[in-house]
Amino acid sequence: MGVMTQSPTLFARLRRLNRDRVAAFLMLLPSVILLAIFVYGFIGQTFYSSLTDWSGLAENPVVNFVGFENYNQLFTDLLNVRFRQDLVNTFFFTLFFLVGCLGMGLLLAVLLDQNVKGESIFRTIFLFPMALSFIVTGTIWRWLFNPRGGINVLPTVIGLEPLQIPWITDRTQIWQFNWQDLPKIIAIVIVVTLVWLAYRYWRQARRRAMLYTGGAAVLILLWVLLGGADAVQTTPIPETHGFNVAFVGIIIAATWQLSGYTMAMYLAGLRGIPHELREAARVDGASELQVYRYIILPLLRPITLSAVIVLGHISLKIFDLIFAMAGADNATTDVPGILMYLTAFRGNQFAKGAAIAIVMLVMVAVVIVPYLYTTLRSEHEL
Amino acid sequence: MKRLLSLVLVLGMLLGLTSLALAQGPSGELEIFSWWAGDEGPALEALINRYQELYPDVEVVNATVTGGSGVNAKAVLKTRMLGGDPPDTFQVHAGQELIGTWVIADRMEDLTFLYDEEGWWDQFPQGLLDLLSTEDGIWSVPVNIHRSNVMWYVPANLEEWGVDVPQTWDDFLAVCPTLQEAGVVPLALGENWTVNHLWESVALAGLGPDGWNALWAGEKSWTDDDVVAVWETFGQILDCTNEDAPSLSWQQAVDMVVNGEAAFNVMGDWAAGYMTTTLGLEPGEGFGWAPSPGTDGVFMMLSDSFGLPVGAPNRDATIAWLRLLGSAEGQDLFNPLKGSIPANLNSDVTNPDLYNAYSRSAAEDWASNTIVGSLVHGAVANERFMNDFATVMEIFLSSRDAVAASNAAQAVAVQAGIGG
Amino acid sequence: MTRQQVSPRRVLIYVALILLAALYLLPVYMVLITAFKDPAQINLSTVWALPQPVDFQGFIEAINAFMPNLRNSALLVIPATLLSAIMGSMNGYVLSKWKFRGANVIFPLMLFGMFIPYQSILIPLFQFLRSIGLFGGIPGLILVHVVYGLPITTLIFRNYYAEVPTEMVEAAAIDGAGFFGIYRHIMFPISLPGFVVVIIWQFTQIWNEFLFAVTLTSTDAHPITVKLSELAGGEAVQWNLPMAGALLAALPTLAVYIFLGRYFIRGLLAGSVKG
Repeated sequence: MGVMTQSPTLFARLRRLNRDRVAAFLMLLPSVILLAIFVYGFIGQTFYSSLTDWSGLAENPVVNFVGFENYNQLFTDLLNVRFRQDLVNTFFFTLFFLVGCLGMGLLLAVLLDQNVKGESIFRTIFLFPMALSFIVTGTIWRWLFNPRGGINVLPTVIGLEPLQIPWITDRTQIWQFNWQDLPKIIAIVIVVTLVWLAYRYWRQARRRAMLYTGGAAVLILLWVLLGGADAVQTTPIPETHGFNVAFVGIIIAATWQLSGYTMAMYLAGLRGIPHELREAARVDGASELQVYRYIILPLLRPITLSAVIVLGHISLKIFDLIFAMAGADNATTDVPGILMYLTAFRGNQFAKGAAIAIVMLVMVAVVIVPYLYTTLRSEHEL
Repeated sequence: MKRLLSLVLVLGMLLGLTSLALAQGPSGELEIFSWWAGDEGPALEALINRYQELYPDVEVVNATVTGGSGVNAKAVLKTRMLGGDPPDTFQVHAGQELIGTWVIADRMEDLTFLYDEEGWWDQFPQGLLDLLSTEDGIWSVPVNIHRSNVMWYVPANLEEWGVDVPQTWDDFLAVCPTLQEAGVVPLALGENWTVNHLWESVALAGLGPDGWNALWAGEKSWTDDDVVAVWETFGQILDCTNEDAPSLSWQQAVDMVVNGEAAFNVMGDWAAGYMTTTLGLEPGEGFGWAPSPGTDGVFMMLSDSFGLPVGAPNRDATIAWLRLLGSAEGQDLFNPLKGSIPANLNSDVTNPDLYNAYSRSAAEDWASNTIVGSLVHGAVANERFMNDFATVMEIFLSSRDAVAASNAAQAVAVQAGIGG
Repeated sequence: MTRQQVSPRRVLIYVALILLAALYLLPVYMVLITAFKDPAQINLSTVWALPQPVDFQGFIEAINAFMPNLRNSALLVIPATLLSAIMGSMNGYVLSKWKFRGANVIFPLMLFGMFIPYQSILIPLFQFLRSIGLFGGIPGLILVHVVYGLPITTLIFRNYYAEVPTEMVEAAAIDGAGFFGIYRHIMFPISLPGFVVVIIWQFTQIWNEFLFAVTLTSTDAHPITVKLSELAGGEAVQWNLPMAGALLAALPTLAVYIFLGRYFIRGLLAGSVKG
């Protein structure tokens, strides 16, 4: 070990290194402090507000601590039916928006991957809506979905009858269910997922994992059958919720805007797949369709996951698009983001607005936190 | 947009200087916050033009946020007030919207001194002053009186279709299929708040003025049979309206009547201002009117007013503005264009050169009818109730269940402390 | 080069692409024709017809109406973008080359800030800005966008600097360069593409943002998005105005996208954390 002989320079270097480390830390510190306050401090404050009865415009309001009463009301009180429908709206919107973006994005990417002339022009066309504000998109599509103009009269250009689709003014609600059945529905969805997992573990011959998941499924099923799900307190009277057809127009507009994003991601993924892999499959006699089904799609799965997370969290907090497209007061197209804005800033029921905001945060966190965790962990392992 | 262009109106006839012009001229800025944009703008602009003549040193900022009945403006205004950045003056409906929202939060200045100085205590109807006052003072200056329960139509069209103006909602429901078969929308309807607006006319017809007032005094339950019956009638009426209602503004709903696509529309009499000032129609010829079915002899009123928020940056300029809009002169400038009638009793409402046939007839009704306050336009219930009433309406629209709506409304009334 | 064979399959691909492209461009067509129509000419049944004649009056009116808000947006976007880019660059440098204990915890915690629904911090943020006297104006909004822009700018720069070989940094350190020296002589000179990506990204994000703009500014400081939403959501709208406004609001970001599309896409993909 030559440490002793080099010690003066090493010592000096270490000292400088330490000084540099301090400098590095100090340079990062302002950002860390700002984010600590603006993200975590403010979230804490919002959460605290949500546990109070703060409302009204007074300069120095009298505020009492009420525990989880606001949350309780949001989920069970008769008059907060709008919030619960908003959750249902968010669920369906997210679902179809994801399906639309993934499907459309994959279609476009595969088409563009066929060695087409003018690829960059097409790519530009499919991707440009991403550069627009949701407010711009909303304004344009509001005009396009005017029930007496826009898309509906497009067929008349070639001499056909105009369409009679009511778009965002539609009041139809389909796939209705009783809110009181929700615990049961969720439990059954969980059971089905667990059974499917158990089946997969069984195929992989992972007996223990199979037993655990299968056992959990049986336990939950028993709980439901013994009336456990019915005993969960929800709304006092039956309450119908479902998919508001008015959302179709909004889903179309949102897909128009963001499918270019999935296209870009898939295209990047397709370009990353070695050519030899496809060639090898073709040589083995696989049809083009089979190449996609068995070689390419499985390789694109991580990209799909990333897209689902990124788009999913956008749709969970969607606000501006609907604000511009349907207006804040169009109850059939309401979502928690808008309800929070109206409750807090127009109705001045700040505590309730804060509670809605926290519910939104939890929904987003459920999606984002595991994603951040696994992504960053795998990065460290690399 | 911000600074209005030079004067267009020549007001030579108003040469006699009133006390207004003698006042020491304020300077600085005056930011007026309202939801009177676009088609509702001309009346306010006329008033602003006069103000600029009187006080050329003040720069007037006409801050409007569009959206009928102030649906969007209210969020923007409240955000600014909470942010400690109030405009100099803002539009607010007389009644609970003023008292229950702003006055109880200590956001307004008492204007007793202004009423004293101007001698306004005798110049406005007592009922209106009551809507603006609490025990501690009076909180805004009314600029007009609007009527909520009016039904509009085009006489020539009705003749062509062979339809009479319905006296009751039963009459209306009887002609509804006839009109629908003729390809005409019986009743034109617009976006959300206009649905509530229709509801209040239907409710007034079903409950009568006494029942309506009892509801707001907390003396009558929302679950009473006649209230449930109102919801049932309302549901039947909705079946006679256009399907694309949520995408239409109130003006576009009025347009449907004017264009002959629809037979009737129930809207406040700002519709008269729109049809005369913007569309250039002649009252009585181009359009006709009647009290909404079943409300003959009852005047459901609302009043737009302006107040002085605590912390207004330009207090003097604001007080000068309030002086002008409360005066008979100011009201006679504003109201003929707005379609409303003046609140100030000294104004020249019988002058046919100023006020058209509709306004004069409304003024007569105002003097002779039973007066009740509007729900949708802030007179009878606080905003807490109004906000939650939107939910009640949503419950009704999605379920069409009159009993469920009544129960929900009762719960809202209790929570909002109606009559309490 | 061999000429590609015209097979039915390739024809089908091109037909599909052209149809889809037409579908994606349909709204653009609508915006353009409506923005240049005389308001009196806008009729619901002939919305798809070309304007005859082309009317610039409405567009000029729109420019006048939107000018103050375009100005506000510009005053907001430029400083907010630059500040968050500079801070992000420094953070990215620290987090990629000066890893310290706890950095693995701090970085994800910082990142989380870019995913939260901003409603969940809006009420305290509103009160905070009010208490420091920044509510209502553009400076307050700049502060907000700088802070909430930090996670993404830090992320992009961290990933960008991670590709700089550590040996280069070590060599410079042996040559006696310190923390700032390394940044100035090694990292900053190669940062241009990183800055372009970050600046484009922040520019479009901040220009397009609505929730903060509508809750934290007063009428005279409203950026373009707020103005547009008011105009389009208003009454008896003459639709040439909102369409012209939409065009004006879209032009800056569209220009950036069309001329610097490559970098735009890079920022886009960086948003999915890993890139």
